[in-house]
Amino acid sequence: MKVIAAMSGGVDSAVAAARAVEAGHEVIGVHLALSANPQKYRSGARGCCTIEDSHDARRAADVIGIPFYIWDMAEEFHDGVVEDFLAEYAAGRTPNPCLRCNEKIKFAAVLDRARAMGFDGVVTGHYARTQIGPHGKTLHRAVDHSKDQSYVLSVLTREQIDGAIFPLGDTTKVDIRAEAESRGLAVAQKPDSHDICFVPSGDNAGWLRDRLGSDVGPIVDQSGTKIGEHKGAYTYTIGQRKGLGLTVPTADGSPRFVLKIEPITNTVVVGAREDLAITSMRGERPVWCGPPASDVPQRGFVQIRAHGAALECTYFVDDSLLVATLDAPLLGLATGQAMVIYDGDRVVGSATICETA
Amino acid sequence: MSSIYVDHAATTPMVEAAMKAMVNQLSELGNPSSLHSHGRATRKTLEDARETIAKEVGCLPTEVIFTASGTEANNIALKGLYWAGRAVGKNVVVISAIEHHAILDPAHWLSTHEGAEVIEIPVTQKGVIDLDFLTKLVSERSTEIAVISVMHANNETGVVQPVAEVVNIAGEIPVHTDAVQSFKKIELSFSDLGVTALTLSAHKIGGPLGIGALILRRTLEIPSLLHGGGQEREIRSGTLNAPSIVAFAAATKSEVYRRDEIVHLRDRFISGVKNVLPDAIVNGIEANRLPGIVNVTFPRTQSDTLLLLMDNAGVSCSTGSACSAGVHEASHVLLAMGHTTITAQSSLRFSFGAASTQSDCDFILSVLPDVIARGRAANSV
Repeated sequence: MKVIAAMSGGVDSAVAAARAVEAGHEVIGVHLALSANPQKYRSGARGCCTIEDSHDARRAADVIGIPFYIWDMAEEFHDGVVEDFLAEYAAGRTPNPCLRCNEKIKFAAVLDRARAMGFDGVVTGHYARTQIGPHGKTLHRAVDHSKDQSYVLSVLTREQIDGAIFPLGDTTKVDIRAEAESRGLAVAQKPDSHDICFVPSGDNAGWLRDRLGSDVGPIVDQSGTKIGEHKGAYTYTIGQRKGLGLTVPTADGSPRFVLKIEPITNTVVVGAREDLAITSMRGERPVWCGPPASDVPQRGFVQIRAHGAALECTYFVDDSLLVATLDAPLLGLATGQAMVIYDGDRVVGSATICETA
Repeated sequence: MSSIYVDHAATTPMVEAAMKAMVNQLSELGNPSSLHSHGRATRKTLEDARETIAKEVGCLPTEVIFTASGTEANNIALKGLYWAGRAVGKNVVVISAIEHHAILDPAHWLSTHEGAEVIEIPVTQKGVIDLDFLTKLVSERSTEIAVISVMHANNETGVVQPVAEVVNIAGEIPVHTDAVQSFKKIELSFSDLGVTALTLSAHKIGGPLGIGALILRRTLEIPSLLHGGGQEREIRSGTLNAPSIVAFAAATKSEVYRRDEIVHLRDRFISGVKNVLPDAIVNGIEANRLPGIVNVTFPRTQSDTLLLLMDNAGVSCSTGSACSAGVHEASHVLLAMGHTTITAQSSLRFSFGAASTQSDCDFILSVLPDVIARGRAANSV
């Protein structure tokens, strides 16, 4: 196949591109310039679109021996990922921008462009696997569960999965670094990136405050009694316990947790730990990575964070919403996050959580 | 797979004579500034080379100042002439709107760091500087202008600029011209042009990378950028790079560039492009152009996509414009000619060299329709 390898400048995408070449594909390396004003140097584990990173990607492509180009996706990234991230927070939800980036940039903008140009697919360094089975090509967890990225890929449609190649899914990260070393790739020991790439300082709360304002507002208990003040509701997360700055203790001295964020009234609602517990969730705009789920309840697992646990559940489609009822209660679930359904290690699909109970 | 090189305006193969001269000189020992026999031997060879280059460019040997690149020569000229002017109360730097970044950026640096006032001469839709603008400017502010810099021919479009007229209009004002693209391609004489300073680069004419020259009028003194041994008229310091200089000289004597044949090749290529893609626009086609450069706008495409597809089809060409962090910017040259940001980013530059052939052109024309079709498809997703 003739494929585009998305190369961030990190070790994973470099090895993925090298493996794709070895698998016999005709590979062209592409680095996505996602920031309109890229920083010159990478700092710590932050960012993947500095000029230094693009040089690392280019060097890896040269060592592998493939052509290399930079695609300017700054506008698409800003509109589709950064703006979405801000809008979601402003609406009191907690979005996952990596998921949005996969959905709108890597496997939409890039894959569409690649296909229009006559390429067959996109190679990335994500830790996930695909399998061809009776239902076509399906998405599965990586062998290295600690690095598994199937969660952030769960927004891919079947058509997008058809065009996706994940050469790293069968290997552990440790082995990928060793392989990079043996291939002479200078990025072999480059640190992993963890933080949100467009928040170079790593201070998400401060970044949000700068953009969404820091209007003080009330912190109330479940009865609506004001017990404190916050500096911008967006900077809180459901389940958060620390940093609330509350001086009025609860009757029994037990800690309080953020239960709800109400952006319209700029209110943060807090309560006891047990009030965080939910047993069901509903998600909007479901995306199916394989055969779609139906209104017939199925047993499976739901995962609600990128590296969270797979929780046993029953799932089904109710009207256009994806519903999961949990076997055991879960504490602290923010709307806006993705609920991803697994059948064993196969990704069934995902939806954006809009309601919990 | 075929591999066609049509990016000779970026760099062109070294001619054999230059390679031989370079290799021979690499085995010679001696710093040309040394007074002993070894030094004298190197100096003799090097000064022979200087005389050769001087003869080819129509200047005196003493007017040749060797530099490490055309960029360096441009920086010495623009900054040096500005500082010399400022010392007598002149603070204006005039450049054309279509200069190479090696003039644009030093000019903007002078504005930001030295307080210079930079004025850009606009160009017409044909890609030629507006002489009326310059005439008016000079008539109004001649006593304030430290230097005028107008390139001899543009590197993106190949459009030749009326530098002799600029010199006439300028009167006593020093004029610099970046002649990197013109040298050995069209008529070029430092003395006939009457400019104060002129920039050359070896690797554009079949010489090695990393060597250039500033031709600077004999008696003119300007402040230097690099201070040290003062080797080149106290204006440029640094041990002279004898192997590269002798190779540069050998390249200037080479006659491998067949001007008329390249013009013929270019014109046939242009008709071929118009034939397969009637909506293609050849930029600067109405102006006097260099033999080897063709800049084409392909509506509803993006240059970087086209570049990838051309490369993939075995054709090495260019967008002609600069990159910022690897992302192609809309060409300031095409923008100055009236393009929009979108159409300026839909263009490719094909530049032919001494070794280019009709079969190169035929091959490009054979892949071009498919490349443009895919480019358009990618542009519409």
